[in-house]
Amino acid sequence: MSLRFSIAALLLLPLFAHGTVRPHQEMRDIFYGEILYHAYQHDYFEAISHLDIELGQYYALDEPDLDSLHWHRGQAEFAVGDLELYYRMHQRAGRAIEAVLGKNVAESERNEAAFRLARLYYRKQDYVNALHAIELIKGEVPEKIRSDEAFMRAQIYVSVGKFNDAITILKELKGDETYRGYIEYNLAMAYLQTAQTELAVAMLDELGKLDSDEEAVLALKDKGNLKLANYYVDAGNAEQAAKYFSRIRLDGPFSNKALLGAGWVAVAQQRYDRALVPWSLLHEREQTNISVQEAMMAVPFAYSKLNVHGKAAIMYGKAMDVFASEIDSLDASIKSIREGKFLTALVSKQAEQDENWVVNLRKLPDSPETRYIMELMAAHDFQESLKNYKDLADLRQHLTLWLDGLAVYEDIIELRRQYYEPLLPQVEKKFKKLDSRIRLRIEQRDRLNERIQSLLVLRRPVYLATANERADIDRLAKIKVALEANPSLATEETLYRMERLSGVLDWRIESEFDDRLTTAYKNLKDLDGVIDDLNKQYRAFVRTRQAATQSYEGYTIPIQQLRTRLRDTQVKLKGIMARQGRVLEQMAINELDKRRKRLEEYQIKARFALAESYDRATKEQEKKLLEQSAITPETTVTTKAETADTEASATAATTTANAGEGATP
Amino acid sequence: MHSHAHKIFRQFLCIVFAALLSFVANADEVSREQIKGLDEQVQDIKKDVLNLSSELAMLEEKLLFPSNTQVSLFVSMHKGDDFRLDSVQLKLGEKVVAQHLYSFRELEALQSGGVQRLYLGNIKTGEHELVISYSGKAPAGGEYKRSGSYRVTKDVGPKFVEIKIAGPESTEQDIQFRDW
Repeated sequence: MSLRFSIAALLLLPLFAHGTVRPHQEMRDIFYGEILYHAYQHDYFEAISHLDIELGQYYALDEPDLDSLHWHRGQAEFAVGDLELYYRMHQRAGRAIEAVLGKNVAESERNEAAFRLARLYYRKQDYVNALHAIELIKGEVPEKIRSDEAFMRAQIYVSVGKFNDAITILKELKGDETYRGYIEYNLAMAYLQTAQTELAVAMLDELGKLDSDEEAVLALKDKGNLKLANYYVDAGNAEQAAKYFSRIRLDGPFSNKALLGAGWVAVAQQRYDRALVPWSLLHEREQTNISVQEAMMAVPFAYSKLNVHGKAAIMYGKAMDVFASEIDSLDASIKSIREGKFLTALVSKQAEQDENWVVNLRKLPDSPETRYIMELMAAHDFQESLKNYKDLADLRQHLTLWLDGLAVYEDIIELRRQYYEPLLPQVEKKFKKLDSRIRLRIEQRDRLNERIQSLLVLRRPVYLATANERADIDRLAKIKVALEANPSLATEETLYRMERLSGVLDWRIESEFDDRLTTAYKNLKDLDGVIDDLNKQYRAFVRTRQAATQSYEGYTIPIQQLRTRLRDTQVKLKGIMARQGRVLEQMAINELDKRRKRLEEYQIKARFALAESYDRATKEQEKKLLEQSAITPETTVTTKAETADTEASATAATTTANAGEGATP
Repeated sequence: MHSHAHKIFRQFLCIVFAALLSFVANADEVSREQIKGLDEQVQDIKKDVLNLSSELAMLEEKLLFPSNTQVSLFVSMHKGDDFRLDSVQLKLGEKVVAQHLYSFRELEALQSGGVQRLYLGNIKTGEHELVISYSGKAPAGGEYKRSGSYRVTKDVGPKFVEIKIAGPESTEQDIQFRDW
């Protein structure tokens, strides 16, 4: 195996380096907090939907700066891009980030947007645009993304073939704890691309010795050691290869490959007994694994090299049984996929609730054997297709629920109409009467107000005379008219008394004017309070009446339009989901078919090898019998191993006969 | 002549058969372009459904929770509070309006600063008593229960109340109410 890997091998990055919707600063908009609540639970659909509403309402305001979302505006605009990215809406996410870049924003904000855009293009494997975006970063990079930006830049440089620039950055990044292990690995790969093999080997060696408890770094260490071991296998240096194979953990993701490789290294050194140690260990592992299946052929091969042909024949026989059973299992899996059970299992509720759902899929009734497609399922294309399929299944559910919801809304509207329509005309009639009375009272109050205001300008105490005083004034005026008509009655005493009474009245009205004016003003203010309450009740009534009307009016057309759009979308979604499902099924079937073909090849090889081992075991037995007949029985000494082998030969013969495999090489 | 024509016809059949075979072989392969094309279609439909979702949400709010009667009760926690909240109950005017049992994900979302809208409903204008009771496990072990009340004043506009709860080891007040 060559150490020259495809560029894809260089694009190794830690999961935690992916951007996230950042944790809250001080929460100043409760609805933004609600969006974060959905986002933190990875419910991106709800989060984007809420954020779209909030931002839509925010931008529709005349003075958006007065809205509480204003405090989170920048964060929210970034969040749109992030959330859309998480929801695998790369096209929209790109536009959202480009929108931030297009604005007149601070350098740090701009650099962060450029970084996010570069990361987006990089994930879409659009490396040229990723390079263009990362080079938009000018000046100081915000501290929080500094190492992410550098690592991303290095990855982009590698992807576009600027290996030396990538090496410079990765060397500077060395020591950064966030990317520990990833830097060393990517640096080694970049060295290889620039034909600096010695440096690459040294870097992989350094990676292989990293001290860490982190599972991701440990896996990376194993990967580095495996690369180095394979490199030395290719270089024909079995001793060095064995050293690096032995560094790989026995419980890590690369242990099967390491055990297999270690065995082949021992074979290269013609130490077949030593090859049996790792292979025997591997032989006992999960038999759907590709390395384990190879070990099933490798172990008997080693036994045959050690001239234990009988045991080799038994093991070839067992391997054939396993291969036959696995081929049956693969056939059943392919059949199950073709019947649509794979897709049903993928979107089942059981699968959603279990983090280990891929492995547990096989427990579902009639679902395919997923162990064979584990690697495929971990591949980027399959994962993206699978996520899309699951997203589409969720959307399908939403659409169905919404359509049902519209029918319920229509029922509610109809009930409201039936309740309010007969009620409203009577209410309206009463309201009109009350309305005219209220208006009359308000007009009276306004007149009083005008009078008081005019008294402030022009002093007219008589306006504030009491009812009794007015009656007295009227009586005096009438007496005066009567006296003028009948002067005989106008005695001096009468006239004097009249003058006196009039004087008393004038005095009282004049002297009490200021107090009366103050009291009148206070009364007017009290009246204003009552009028305010009246106005409030009036407005509340108007609102309630309006709300009652609006609770059933004006919904028919929007609901009809929404229903049409929902149905159209449902049809469109059904088509896309079917196509996406077929792609997934085809990918899985192709993978299973590939594994089936490999097993068939193994089966043929095992068949020939079994026959050969059986033949040799028989010949050996015959040879021994001949030798024994030539020697006296007293001197015959049979070793334990030979006895075992003879017994094994006999068993192998039986196995072969049972299997009906009588082929000869 | 006849034999020659027959030969040509057989060759033609062979070519057609080979072409068909290659077509079948290609039809089984899933190309990158196919995956990419489908992905773009999926993105388009997601956009359509999101637009529909926003419109439906606004319609629902207008129809079921008009602003003059709308009340929303939100629950939040202090950042970094490692109190294991199990359940929350909300009573509004002697009536239990919401009860919730928390999953690990929901709790994590609250502890990270997310705010949960636990109740969205309708009430009359005026004053209403809001009572919150919550329980959970203290970081040191043992059950932790608290409850508190607040007078909600509902006016003409929609009412939003945030209830911020704290665990036993928090330095903050157990329950804080805030009108938004």
